[in-house]
Amino acid sequence: MLKNFLPGSVRDIFLETWGIFDFSMRFFREVFKPPYNINEVIKQFFQIGNKSLGLVGITGFIIGFVLALQAIPTLQPFGATSLIPSMVGLGIVLEIGPVITGLICAGKIGSSIGAELGSMKVTEQIDAMEVSACNPFNFLVISRVISTTLMIPLLIIYADVIALLGGYLALNVVSDVSIGLYFSQVFDALSIGDIIGPTIKTFFFGFTIGIVGCYKGYNADKGTESVGVAANSSVVISSLMVIIWDMIAVQITNIIL
Amino acid sequence: MDRTETVIDIEHLKKSFGRNIILKDINLKINRGETIVTLGKSGTGKSVTLKCIVGLIKPDSGSVKVLGKNIPELSYEGLQYMRKKIGFVFQSGALYDSMSVRENLQFPLIRNTDLNKEDIDKKVEEVLKDVGLSQAIDKMPSELSGGMKKRIGVARTIIMNPEIMLWDEPTTGLDPETTRDISHLIVRMQRKYKVTSIVVTHDMICAKIVANRIVVLKDGTYTESGTYDELERSDDEFVRSFFEEVKEDENSSLSNYTGSDAAKKSIKK
Repeated sequence: MLKNFLPGSVRDIFLETWGIFDFSMRFFREVFKPPYNINEVIKQFFQIGNKSLGLVGITGFIIGFVLALQAIPTLQPFGATSLIPSMVGLGIVLEIGPVITGLICAGKIGSSIGAELGSMKVTEQIDAMEVSACNPFNFLVISRVISTTLMIPLLIIYADVIALLGGYLALNVVSDVSIGLYFSQVFDALSIGDIIGPTIKTFFFGFTIGIVGCYKGYNADKGTESVGVAANSSVVISSLMVIIWDMIAVQITNIIL
Repeated sequence: MDRTETVIDIEHLKKSFGRNIILKDINLKINRGETIVTLGKSGTGKSVTLKCIVGLIKPDSGSVKVLGKNIPELSYEGLQYMRKKIGFVFQSGALYDSMSVRENLQFPLIRNTDLNKEDIDKKVEEVLKDVGLSQAIDKMPSELSGGMKKRIGVARTIIMNPEIMLWDEPTTGLDPETTRDISHLIVRMQRKYKVTSIVVTHDMICAKIVANRIVVLKDGTYTESGTYDELERSDDEFVRSFFEEVKEDENSSLSNYTGSDAAKKSIKK
């Protein structure tokens, strides 16, 4: 029916959205079914978490440092440099930390999952698991999605902490503030709701990055070109989804709090 | 072993991809212990037929009965159960490239059986010995040659003791000597594990060595069936073309081959 009424590109968007939704539903149907791949989940924790620490840390540091550095010349003429820790804290914890780190993870982790599964599809490794009754969805998809859902929030918290340290270093360029005072001002400005809301949305970021990467890789066409397409579209879709989740989360948080 | 028992029974199988009709009307019965070779040009649907048998591709119509069960009608769980009885050897070997040879072989056993670690290790060593690659146990797939990958692929399949083996172009891209090795390996596996096999190939050296019966796929249907010698004498030009090609290939590979006379004789055999 869609074929008759909608132009090709709009139809493709609907079909893609439906495909991702259906793939996510399959995840929820199978996630509690045995066998449980504890070793694979741990391996993916390492791949996703440990191997992203450097990139996420450097990015977080620069974000915090630059944010504080940009704020100093604006606030200094008004004698309001003491507000910088609060501003940096709110900006990073509520918005910039989760979104930028989410986008970095969409780029690094989403593309890596898309390319890995795409390559496995092209070289018939997924079919080989399927025909040997090993349920590749259970082994490949569930372990990766669990890992991204749990590990990306941790990476975001880690990035937030590094970003706050970056902000502290930038502030020390113009004023002599102790680290204790800096962090006390940061946490004074943050309520529990300010921390819980953004933390919850990071689980959605993690789930989305994992499920989109797996969906694109798992459903890659035959041919080496498809691996690149799977990696690329994983990044594009999951980045877009991170922004959309962020917008929804902000609306919901504003209504609730 | 009851050699009169039909283990694969395909009737009126049809499959198309978009407007491209690949299989028009496939009918095939295979008895237990038989080794059937499917011959045909590229793109005629030989691999599609195998994938229909193992449930990787759903046919448009027709029935594919394996050990009495109609594969297209099975639930996912039913299909998984049947797949434990069917081994599928992929053209490339399809080894899991993030796992070592040992892990590749352990994987289906860990997932599908209750064997303990000791028994699994024993089986792994046994099948590696069968395919002559005991020394490769701790290697990664990237360290193996094409022929070795195919042998490990075979080992990974037979480790589950399947009743039926499906071989998708097992000798494609290999030199004549390795082709001969892999073909003899198929025969050895056939004799040792008493499996029923379908071998898809357009390699006549392989067909000659392994086939009990050859079926020829043309225009989406099986047009000829018989032993190697029967088909070699066929009146059908299409069928004869395979045998002519192999003669040309053999002559050409021998004239380009720089090895010893003994090796040339071995290839010619």
